[in-house]
Amino acid sequence: MDERELLLDGNAAAGLLGEVFTVEMTLARTTCGGCGAVRALGALDAYMHAPGVVLRCPGCQQVLVRAARAGDRLLLDLQGVRVLGIDLPG
Amino acid sequence: MAGTAVRGRLTWTLGTVVELADQTERVRSILLEVPGWPGHRPGQHVDVRLTAEDGYQAQRSYSIASAPGERLLELAVELLPDGEVSPYLTRELRVADRLELRGPVGGWFVWEPALGGPLLLVGGGSGIVPLVAIARHRAAVAGDAEVPARLLYSARTRADVLFAGDLERLAGSPGGLEVVGTLTRERPPGWPGRTGRVDAGLLAEVAWPAARRPLAFVCGPTGFVELVAGALAGLGLEPGRIRTERFGPTGT
Repeated sequence: MDERELLLDGNAAAGLLGEVFTVEMTLARTTCGGCGAVRALGALDAYMHAPGVVLRCPGCQQVLVRAARAGDRLLLDLQGVRVLGIDLPG
Repeated sequence: MAGTAVRGRLTWTLGTVVELADQTERVRSILLEVPGWPGHRPGQHVDVRLTAEDGYQAQRSYSIASAPGERLLELAVELLPDGEVSPYLTRELRVADRLELRGPVGGWFVWEPALGGPLLLVGGGSGIVPLVAIARHRAAVAGDAEVPARLLYSARTRADVLFAGDLERLAGSPGGLEVVGTLTRERPPGWPGRTGRVDAGLLAEVAWPAARRPLAFVCGPTGFVELVAGALAGLGLEPGRIRTERFGPTGT
């Protein structure tokens, strides 16, 4: 299968992140550590077929988020995100 | 905004299959009763998890087709030939079976009446599912005149058109949903819609003028979504008002 056919968007990671965060993380605004583009997490490119989730910048392909479940732990690598903007509830 | 309301952490819950309905040869609607369902917003999806006897688990995301407020949660699942999950859901699942779910999830690909319109819904294949939820919700709560809405969908053949009866009903009322369907693999006699793939030319015909600041929801396979989103941007729609959701064969 073509690699592009496996490409999803960040919405696909909503369930996994929702197990941890109580705000809707797909609406969080990410600033790409590579090119500085600001996008909703839900609008990032998502690769879900790795052992875990990889979210990349649709513009420059920088890896912003890696998330993997290891037993009963969630490992979350946000190294590629310069700023994560989250609207606070209420 | 509603998407930031405090909620609990998501956990897995069990739903019971109340009804199964074949939409087409390959797509089946699954109607579930989910005790304690917190309600959803149209456009959201759920994750479904299957566990084999040896403990192996596989999960996939499926868009919700039912509108908020309907008693049963409706998912529409397409059979993927080499799939791990969809063959079970479309061929083996029976009424009264229980299914493990997590959701609703997603906040980006969501329409609420406060977001207004005019709405442009563009769906490829089973990408029409969340758009059906949006169209149903609009019909249920929004004044048709307040939020004009058009749906452009593509299907391979006439027999592959999903929710055909619902679309007819939604289009039936004055000021109802305007529906344009296009078939990519056949030209059946008497077909009232278009034929051929969705392209920039068809979108230019169907899309609301950019000056009306339409709000677009585009869902389908990656190539479809990228083509449509690019063409809509080319027509002058504001990038922030083009919301996309891609679906594909894999989950986590």
